[in-house]
Amino acid sequence: MNASTTVTARPSAAPPGTAISVSALVKNFGTARALDGLDLEVATGEVHGFLGPNGAGKSTTLRVLLGLLRADSGTARLLGADPWHDAVALHRRLAYVPGDVELWPNLTGGEAVDLLARLRGGIDPAKRAELVERFDLDPTKKGRSYSKGNRQKVALVAALASDAELLLLDEPTSGLDPLMEVVFQDVILEAKAEGRTVLLSSHILSQVEKLCDRVSIVRLGRTVQSGSLDEMRHLTRTTIEAETDGPLDGLRELPGVHNLRTDGGRAHFAVDGGHLDAVVRHLGGLGLRSLVSHPPTLEELMLRHYGDDLTGRGHPVPPPAAAGSDAGSDGVREGGQR
Amino acid sequence: MSTATRAAPARTGTGAGQEGPGGGALTGTGVLLRFALRRDRVRLPVWLAAVLLVTFSSLQQATDLAPDDPAEAADTAATLGGPAMLAMTGPEHYLADPTPAAVLSMLTLGYAAVLVGLMSVLTVVRHTRADEETGIAELLRSGVVGRHATLTAALATAAAADAVLGLLLAVLLPSVGLGGATVGGALLYGAALTTVGLVFAGVAAVAVQLSSHGRTASGMALAAVGAAYALRAAGDVGPDALAWCSPIGWIQRGYPFADNRWWPLLPALALAAGTAAAGYLLSTRRDVGAGLLPPRTGRATASAALTHPLGLALRLHRGLCAGFGAALLVLGAMYGSLLGGVEDMLADLDEVRAALTEAGGTLVESFASTVLLIVAVVASLFVVLVALRPRAEETAGRAEPLLATGLSRSRWLASHLVAALGGGTLVLLLGSLSMAVTGAAATHDGDLGVRLLGAGLAYAPALWVTGGAAALVYGWAPRAAPLAWAVPAYGFAVGYLGKLLGLPDVLGDLSPFGHVPQLPAAELRWTPLVLLTLVAAALVAAGLAGFRRRDLDPK
Repeated sequence: MNASTTVTARPSAAPPGTAISVSALVKNFGTARALDGLDLEVATGEVHGFLGPNGAGKSTTLRVLLGLLRADSGTARLLGADPWHDAVALHRRLAYVPGDVELWPNLTGGEAVDLLARLRGGIDPAKRAELVERFDLDPTKKGRSYSKGNRQKVALVAALASDAELLLLDEPTSGLDPLMEVVFQDVILEAKAEGRTVLLSSHILSQVEKLCDRVSIVRLGRTVQSGSLDEMRHLTRTTIEAETDGPLDGLRELPGVHNLRTDGGRAHFAVDGGHLDAVVRHLGGLGLRSLVSHPPTLEELMLRHYGDDLTGRGHPVPPPAAAGSDAGSDGVREGGQR
Repeated sequence: MSTATRAAPARTGTGAGQEGPGGGALTGTGVLLRFALRRDRVRLPVWLAAVLLVTFSSLQQATDLAPDDPAEAADTAATLGGPAMLAMTGPEHYLADPTPAAVLSMLTLGYAAVLVGLMSVLTVVRHTRADEETGIAELLRSGVVGRHATLTAALATAAAADAVLGLLLAVLLPSVGLGGATVGGALLYGAALTTVGLVFAGVAAVAVQLSSHGRTASGMALAAVGAAYALRAAGDVGPDALAWCSPIGWIQRGYPFADNRWWPLLPALALAAGTAAAGYLLSTRRDVGAGLLPPRTGRATASAALTHPLGLALRLHRGLCAGFGAALLVLGAMYGSLLGGVEDMLADLDEVRAALTEAGGTLVESFASTVLLIVAVVASLFVVLVALRPRAEETAGRAEPLLATGLSRSRWLASHLVAALGGGTLVLLLGSLSMAVTGAAATHDGDLGVRLLGAGLAYAPALWVTGGAAALVYGWAPRAAPLAWAVPAYGFAVGYLGKLLGLPDVLGDLSPFGHVPQLPAAELRWTPLVLLTLVAAALVAAGLAGFRRRDLDPK
């Protein structure tokens, strides 16, 4: 990827200790390349967001970390050990929730929870009962009777009722309703407070913004950006809505201003982080009446990497994401037509 | 799923309302019927071919068994009139005038009725409950499709298959040169099977309303097929009234090619209509996706045994093991009870006699060792089913969460292989034991019983090799896993048919079953059994090694 958009994780910014360390990971399935030199650093005790659309390589990475797949090249270390050779020993220290949980048709949900947890190394009955209650799971139903969301709950309870020091979660809340999403976020924050490390693969951006200390964004099997959300925002554009007394002269010519739209005395544009100061000064000279600025949302950060224009610079930031991804994709299309 | 599907009737209300202005309850049936026939364009012809095969493969046997002149009629009656034969074939009244066609009808009508029942049940369940389970039905019924269109299309699909089968039999039977095969008899033979198919289609239409799971619904309807067959068997051996409680008993009492009575089909047709009507009525009392019987619940926590890998494997396979155990008990008892009449039964079949006694021993011993091969092959089907279960678990995504725990790959796969080899040995033991007990009783020879049990168990190492071969393909070439079926298929083809066709021995040597000494007819030799066990151990070890090295296939 373009070097100018890539922020490598600062080792100094992370707490001491590395839970997951992956570099230049490559995995091919036949002629298809699922991982193309992927890097990932997760510090001990952090909640790390792992972002990317379907097919970006998130699940493949997790399966390599679980020793279910063997990487073609590159290195992966998990809790200081090799995920392929030390799989069983590592599995006793981690818990995994797949994105699409399948259960045994004849086993009840409660039996599946106990099975997964005890094969891992044990379960805390009090914690299990509490989670069953909080996730509103009926453990007496047979596996074939559960909806998708309820199957996810079974795997979540089994993973979270354990004392695992590392949680690998692959889109764990797909199929959960919004109320359960809130429960999930509470439980993850509690796990973080207990000092556990979480790798959360997700494409629910609000979830990641709420839970994650740092994020890695992957595209086509590579990490395109990694760092804290603050760091990323600093490098990205801020959206400005300004209303001035005078005409909006000279704004278009200022460096760092993108995607300007004017409507009478109102201006709507995006500005690169480094040019914000100059632009605000310029607006002040025009008789500023109101000024609204939006920091880039995670959605906008993501779209920078998934729009048609991937050169990194000169890419228009979409209008504020009031209407969510629809507004965002409009912005991307504008960029593509340029 | 339940919350989503329960909302469905409200959404489908516009087009599918009972007396809605926009169309009737059957709107869309034609489209659904064509769709069902399109989906079954391979499956149904295979079923029809299987039923035709059951009938036509017995042509030679029926011709041989039927008396060439009236003086032989007593022999025929002696061969076919014993209780064991009656239980497996049909009512004794056929023997009053045993033309080849009548004997054929006696031998095959019951078996063919079971197959037609299977076909009808599975067809109806597939196009009703199974589709509701996967959500296809919800999608279809949100379109312009009437309330009863799905069930009607499913019943029509089964009925069409049943009718085509009846027509084919009516046309083909008189044209194969079978003595006594009249056009009228063939029409009745075909119509009888069509009718019994309609009965079980109706039974399935009720079953799919009761359970919300396709497999449970199939199980209930197939239990009805089994009960009907068991009742007719009991009735043909004992009190006739029992057979009159069974739709299969009814159609057999039409006596195609003998009395050619049509009226016993009437109660069967009434039952078909009644069950279908009950199915429609019950379907209006439930929501799409729901069943009338509440889904069963179970334990909220796992027992200590279940959370051991072997405990899980045993739990997953115990139903299949019980089914195979019961089937082999029955099969063994059937063969065992035949042993007393082998001499009579094979009196006219010189080629079979010659083929059987080639291995040495008496005719009874040779017959016993041949049918023991069948018992062993059936047990090996269980072994392959269980040994390939890890593949199904892997592709369904159920292996992945287990293998992300402290459970190693070797222990996981080994737990299934233990269930395969141990369970296979157990069902083989049950089949052999049952044959030994009934055989000893039928021949009044307790010593033969003991030798039969040992002879059956001698096949255990061949079962283990079969399981080892399945482990090997699973470990190294998981996508080719179905190849493991070649071992029992080849073993049966070479061991059973090869003997009759006089195939060279070298072909038999390629099958693990070919190396098992043909007890009780032949001498016991330990060397091949020990070697087979070693081969099995090597195959299992190689399979485990392969599985440890390869990628797990994602879902």
